[in-house]
Amino acid sequence: MARFLLKRIFSATLTLFAVSVLTFLMFFALPRDPVSSICSKNCNPERLERVRDDLGLNDPLISQYAGYMKGIVTGRDLGSAQGGRCDAPCLGWSYVTNEAVSDTIARVLPVTLSIVIPAAILWLLLGVGLGMVSALRRGTWLDRAAIGFSLTGASLQLYFVGAVLLLVFVYNLRWLPVPSYTSLLDNPAKWASGLVLAWVALAFLFSAIYARLSRAQMLETLSEDFVRTARAKGLAKPKVYGRHALRAAITPVVTIAGLDVGGALGGTVITETTFGIQGLGRTAVDAVRSGDLPTIMATVLIAAVFVVLANVLVDLLYAAIDPRVRLR
Amino acid sequence: MSLSPVEGVALAEIEAGGDEGGAAAKGVVGRSPGQLAWLRLRRDRTAVVSGVLLVFFLLLGLAAPLIEMVYGIGPREQFQNLLDGFGMPLGYAGGVTGEHWFGLEPGLGRDIFIRLIYGLRTSLFIAFAAALITAAIGVVLGALAGYLGGWLDAVINWITDLTLAMPFLIIALALTPTITLRFYGERGQVSSAFGVGVLIAVFAIFGWASTARLVRGQVIALREREFVEAARASGAGLGHMLFRQLLPNIWAPILVSFSLAVPQFITSEAALSFIGVGLSDETPSFGRMIYRSLDFLQTDPAYVFFPGITIFALVFAFNLFGDALRDALDPKSSR
Repeated sequence: MARFLLKRIFSATLTLFAVSVLTFLMFFALPRDPVSSICSKNCNPERLERVRDDLGLNDPLISQYAGYMKGIVTGRDLGSAQGGRCDAPCLGWSYVTNEAVSDTIARVLPVTLSIVIPAAILWLLLGVGLGMVSALRRGTWLDRAAIGFSLTGASLQLYFVGAVLLLVFVYNLRWLPVPSYTSLLDNPAKWASGLVLAWVALAFLFSAIYARLSRAQMLETLSEDFVRTARAKGLAKPKVYGRHALRAAITPVVTIAGLDVGGALGGTVITETTFGIQGLGRTAVDAVRSGDLPTIMATVLIAAVFVVLANVLVDLLYAAIDPRVRLR
Repeated sequence: MSLSPVEGVALAEIEAGGDEGGAAAKGVVGRSPGQLAWLRLRRDRTAVVSGVLLVFFLLLGLAAPLIEMVYGIGPREQFQNLLDGFGMPLGYAGGVTGEHWFGLEPGLGRDIFIRLIYGLRTSLFIAFAAALITAAIGVVLGALAGYLGGWLDAVINWITDLTLAMPFLIIALALTPTITLRFYGERGQVSSAFGVGVLIAVFAIFGWASTARLVRGQVIALREREFVEAARASGAGLGHMLFRQLLPNIWAPILVSFSLAVPQFITSEAALSFIGVGLSDETPSFGRMIYRSLDFLQTDPAYVFFPGITIFALVFAFNLFGDALRDALDPKSSR
């Protein structure tokens, strides 16, 4: 177990390293001057040169990368123009927002978490539940309705569903306020009412995929010998379906769920843009529009960290759910 | 799903063709797996309906300039005289009239119907081009990795893993404007063909990994079979082994993954245009239209529905057809 974990963490670190080098090269090595976009209007050459120097753009690439990485691990001194000392997870200084990038991230990350985590709980419960029910009631109207639901949901687009939800619940019925983010600790009711549309939209689209997947898995498992054996030896139906069959059927669902949640945590770009909520994804879009390189780099890295972490977690969960999976 | 008269006619034609095939099939005929799959596909009602719908969409996209001629309105023409003082279209449902079938865009006053037709053309072109390129890269890399094994397999596998670990939407979001800036500089007027090219390139760089993984797995399973050994023993070269011996045995899963990749690229293109990094406003695109329509949700709610429903119907038809294709090619699978 410990050996597997070490091996997995090693390969994850290697992947993250490669992703960081690649993104660094993509954005800093491309012969595009990051400075000119910072002050496109009335910028004299001396000021441009000073900014370039502050950003370390005149240093060789390798030392730029090393400095960036060192900043993340131990923090570094950025110079007075960039807010001076920058503490441990230092992701650089943004000239566009005039703020340390890590401060921006610390502000918007809770927003994305508040969107994704409740939505993920909702879509998993709804999706797997629906898939289970439709597999157990195969061929009934309930099953057909569930199939219809998942086929429709899998082809709908979040921005369209979001727009319709906004139109109906916010602008026409006026049941909900215009979506916004309030901290959960400040005002839980406002937190929920401001984000509930985003949860519903995400959960609707994702649960369609999960319903379909878990229905197929459940049908396959139900035809297995061990399910019949369990029934034959007199176990009650709920116990057979709920414990034996579900556990075997759910492994692929766990894989996809892990990857989806990991991907979503890296920024629900479309959701945040549709509902106008400022989370990681929206921050990335804004940074791209204003050419704010340090922020772009940070958002890409964070998204990659979430995806890679989700991969490791999925492997571990796999072993916990399915004892046949041996960790080597 | 409502069938328009056009689809009804096409459907009848296909059914007539099906009867002919049935009559010919009375005697005992040897059929290739491909013919069997084709027969199964033709008997599947969902496949026929979604297939006809797809052909309909393809024709609409291909015939866009023709439709423009018949319809008489271009995608960039503005009808400011049909908007009120606030830039809202006059009349009901966003200005739907006999002349402007789907109404007008608020603000600019462009015709929504013809923009949708051209958007369909852009979207289908990008999706098919990206799906073809990614399939080609994925098949070659996957087959090489699976067949040759060893260090090449390890390297390709690692690159595949790395590509899958990259957060696609965020990277594409960050990369597209960077590439554009690299070629055009800060103020250059970006041509729409270039925007389309950049999108296809970004999709190609990040989209091949899943096909490569699929093909690699299939090739590894086939590698130890007797016919491969026999071909190798009689001195077949690498190209012959890959494309003559191995590929014909795995075209079915490749075709299925291709048919499911197309709608994915359609939605990715729309998503990127939606967040404003894909195509410029000049090029008609579903994502761009929906993004613009969000500002007019309260004042002109009809504007969001035309592009929203069109892209839903398109992706829905592709998904249904892909599933039906999978069923037809693999009779053992049970969805």
